Amino acid sequence: IADAVDITSGSKYFSLHLSQFGPYRLDYSRTGRHLLVGGKKGHVACIGWQTKDLMCEMNVMETVNDVKWLHTEAMFAVAQKRWLYIYDSKGVELHCVKKFNDVLRMQFLPYHFLLATASATGFLQYLDVSVGKEVAAICTKMGRLDVMAQNPHNAVIHLGHPNGTISLWSPNQKEPLVKMLCHRGAVRSLTVDKTGTYMVTSGLDRKLKVYDIRAFKPLHSCFLPAGASCLSLSQRGLLSAATGDIVQVFQNILGSSPVSKPYMAHHLRGQIWGLAYCPFEDVLGIGHGEGFTSMIVPGAGEPNFDALDTNPYRSYEQRQEWEVKALLEKVQPELIGLHPEQLSKVDQTSFEQRHKEQVEALGFDPLAKDKFKPKTKKKGRSSAGAIEKRKRKVAHEDQRDEIRQSVQERTEREKELKEKSNEKKLGNKSTLDRFRK
Amino acid sequence: MLQKRLALKRFKSQSSSYFADVCLSCPQIQRGIAYEKTAAEVSCWRNIILQNQKAEQMVFPLNQESSGPKRVEQVVAGWKVQTPLEQEIFRLLHINSQPVADPVLTPVEEQSLKAMSLEEAKIRRAELQKARALQSYYEAKAKREKKIKSKKYHKVQKKAKCKDFLKQFDEMVKTNPEGALEELKKMELSRMEERMSLKHQNSGKWAKSKAIMAKYDDSARKAMQEQLQMNKDLTQKIVVPSDDEHESNEEGLETVPDFVNDSEPVIDSVNPWMRGQLTHEEPEVSCVTTEDVQTAEEENEEEELVGEFERKRKLRQADEEDLIPTEEEQPASEVVEDVVEVSDKEEEEEEEEDDDEEEEDVSEFNTLFRLMRSEKTLEDGLLNEGQVRVRNIEDLEVLGEVVDPQPIAEPSLPQTAAVEATSEPPNKKKREIDLKEVLTKEAKAVKVPFLPTVVDEEERDEQISIIKEAFAGDDVISDFIKDKSKREAAGRPEVVDLTLPGWGEWGGVGLKPPRWKRKRFRIKAAPPPPRQDQKLPDVIISENRNASVAAHQVSQLPFPFQNTAQFESSIRTPIGPTWNTQSVVKNMTKPKVITKMGAIIEPMVKEHFIKNKTTTPGGKGPAIMLGENKRAKEGAKRSSEKHRGRRSQKRRK
Repeated sequence: IADAVDITSGSKYFSLHLSQFGPYRLDYSRTGRHLLVGGKKGHVACIGWQTKDLMCEMNVMETVNDVKWLHTEAMFAVAQKRWLYIYDSKGVELHCVKKFNDVLRMQFLPYHFLLATASATGFLQYLDVSVGKEVAAICTKMGRLDVMAQNPHNAVIHLGHPNGTISLWSPNQKEPLVKMLCHRGAVRSLTVDKTGTYMVTSGLDRKLKVYDIRAFKPLHSCFLPAGASCLSLSQRGLLSAATGDIVQVFQNILGSSPVSKPYMAHHLRGQIWGLAYCPFEDVLGIGHGEGFTSMIVPGAGEPNFDALDTNPYRSYEQRQEWEVKALLEKVQPELIGLHPEQLSKVDQTSFEQRHKEQVEALGFDPLAKDKFKPKTKKKGRSSAGAIEKRKRKVAHEDQRDEIRQSVQERTEREKELKEKSNEKKLGNKSTLDRFRK
Repeated sequence: MLQKRLALKRFKSQSSSYFADVCLSCPQIQRGIAYEKTAAEVSCWRNIILQNQKAEQMVFPLNQESSGPKRVEQVVAGWKVQTPLEQEIFRLLHINSQPVADPVLTPVEEQSLKAMSLEEAKIRRAELQKARALQSYYEAKAKREKKIKSKKYHKVQKKAKCKDFLKQFDEMVKTNPEGALEELKKMELSRMEERMSLKHQNSGKWAKSKAIMAKYDDSARKAMQEQLQMNKDLTQKIVVPSDDEHESNEEGLETVPDFVNDSEPVIDSVNPWMRGQLTHEEPEVSCVTTEDVQTAEEENEEEELVGEFERKRKLRQADEEDLIPTEEEQPASEVVEDVVEVSDKEEEEEEEEDDDEEEEDVSEFNTLFRLMRSEKTLEDGLLNEGQVRVRNIEDLEVLGEVVDPQPIAEPSLPQTAAVEATSEPPNKKKREIDLKEVLTKEAKAVKVPFLPTVVDEEERDEQISIIKEAFAGDDVISDFIKDKSKREAAGRPEVVDLTLPGWGEWGGVGLKPPRWKRKRFRIKAAPPPPRQDQKLPDVIISENRNASVAAHQVSQLPFPFQNTAQFESSIRTPIGPTWNTQSVVKNMTKPKVITKMGAIIEPMVKEHFIKNKTTTPGGKGPAIMLGENKRAKEGAKRSSEKHRGRRSQKRRK
């Protein structure tokens, strides 16, 4: 393809031969201008891939599990062997977050400024990068978490598990929002489309399944000979699946009819480790054992960008301004849920339910009555016995009231019935009744 | 004179009850009247308050000057008269307090207008006009009547006047006791005069002539009798209410002889008819009241009887009606159920057909899976048994009568399981089967241009062995089902067991409380609403409420909205600059209240909105178009009542 297209497009096809530091993970920044690659054996580099200028390159001398850009291209997070590190674009180590250990996969929620990490110990943790606070740490109890995706629509994190289930998480609940059984074998990879409608999963049973996550129903599934180890959906809905050392690109996979043939296929030299579409470009980035390859996939990227949200051509000052605005419009992590439109609904729960929640949140009952405390009296009238007597006077006051009321009601009812029956008796009596025995 | 007498009579009879009335009911009446008045006065604010509440934006101070063209004199402040002629003119105008720049009203008129509000002025003028008109009518009438010469007419007139006077007197007793007293005094005076004079004694010229005629003329005799009667009436002593009051009332005053009048009893100057009267009136009154009460009770009883009859009749009717609809409803519901069942069956059939079709074009891998699974089910048949039974019980609960006892027997027999796996699915579906189908169905093979180097050619046996290896340890599906059933069980409310073993019978180890006891003392809670994942076999959806979002949600509907749908649709529209143009954002985020810097905001006066009403009844458009006006008014009433008191106070200031 590179030969057929014009020069600028053709220049987007390139490959980096980096055979030394093993299979590479990669991440494009949200604007699509910058590329971050992280080799398994510690090589981390960020590149302005269109101009091909290297912003920084270093070796962290540790295993690198995953790399992720934060909200701007000035910072990125690297999940290393033990802890999570944050570097700036010059390669200066900014933070070492020791609370986040053994991180395997990371996802950044751009509108919440949250970095979600899934660790080998089964913990899903959320780091608020705007204030540097851990928002939530959830023990999933599902074993090693090495499959992770985010739903861009509602910022719910999807995790794939070795028992073939996929669970959906928000930082507000300690249990999964939804747990669905997708594969008979372990889940190898999953990805969610931009609108948050479809989810594509692949498992050890070599199947590729498309789910409608609004209804949690499978749309269709297909069988890939080797099974897909990595999946990625482009902005326009092209699916790329890595089967061993081959990348296959499928078209119309989100449609109603199942596909039988890939749209494109590309053979690479090493095992594929990372796949990502570049936003707003017709480019698919592939990280593999022998380095990195940028591949042209026609029709992958969204041609119309929202310049107020993610502008690929923004200047330094525009970026600064955007950063301030984004911080001002930051969405609080409490609002993450399966249904983001729930916020605009009227809360129609009962008073009791709300009160219970309030009590749970506060740790005490704000509407509870104070316990009766008898006054201290002098001249021996505050002896233990006297106090007890006084207490007994007011004990169970509310219950007494209720009982009194109910008794009164009952007596009234009885009275009424009696009167009625009397009337009936009188009414039925005729003058001749007196002669009856 | 006569009429005065009559008036007096009435007055006496009424005075006692009247006072009782006045004393008792005065404060309540006053309160009631005052309430009505103030309510009427205050309710004229309702519209304007509602309007202001609904207004999208309020700009204070409210009474802004009109933005239209103005006169030069109003705009130019520093205009001075310069020429002597001008000076002269303006001096003259000022002296006569005439308008300088020909406005409609003179300063005096303006002042007078300012003194009252417009409405008050209007009302006052109308009143004055009416009074003037009435006066002129009256004058004209009086003149006309004066000219009439007929004696008979005047006689009738007099009688009418007398009646009138009586009425007036009665009223006067009630309203103004002092005035009545004075009238009484006048009557006394007239009596004195009558006694002193020989008038009506038939001693005059006319009387003498009549006396002559009386022998022959009946009318003359009558006239003389009348005269004498008149005298008697007039000289009648005004009897201050005394012990024999009602007797005298009944028998008339004629029975009292003349000489009694001479000795005048002392009259209490304050109010003479109060003395000793109330106490003596009481028994009569009370007896009357008791009688009344009795009659009333009788009536009530009658009414009650009638009412009861009616009630019974209605009840009977209602019963009949109830009977009829229940009879009608039952078949209807049955029909509905039938329909549902039928539809279910149809669906199932369709599904089966679908499945069949799918199975037909299932690839070799699928059959492979099926084979494998059949093997496994053969292996695991006995192991899974207990768990499967649980599932079956649940199924029974869910499906009710639809499920036959057949599936219960099924899992225990591995043969059937094998059959079910290999051949067509059984008629009644179970969740497990569903799930497996969901997981295994319609896997389509994809032709790949170049095959991965890692994987060899697929061969059946090898495949099976690989998959077996992969799933050797865990049964993914049964684990998942177990998890799901556990969740479901946790969501179900527990049965409260209140049985006391050994109470009323023998108890001990190995003895169970009897069945009736268990039945009676186990309280079952209402089943929870159906789970979201009820129809999704391979999904568990958490039923926990998201309390963190609830903190940000609206829990009560805000003011102008009538239902949740309205509110939700209004809040769904984005107002931020991210989704709107600048002008739209500005328009949407307009402040509700704008106050001008430095301006004095005075409380609202009636004139503002009255003027508004006359010119533009609609005023500003409401912020939200409300569905029904009636409801809106009701809502506004409540809110306006809240504000009413405060605003009216302000106005009075």
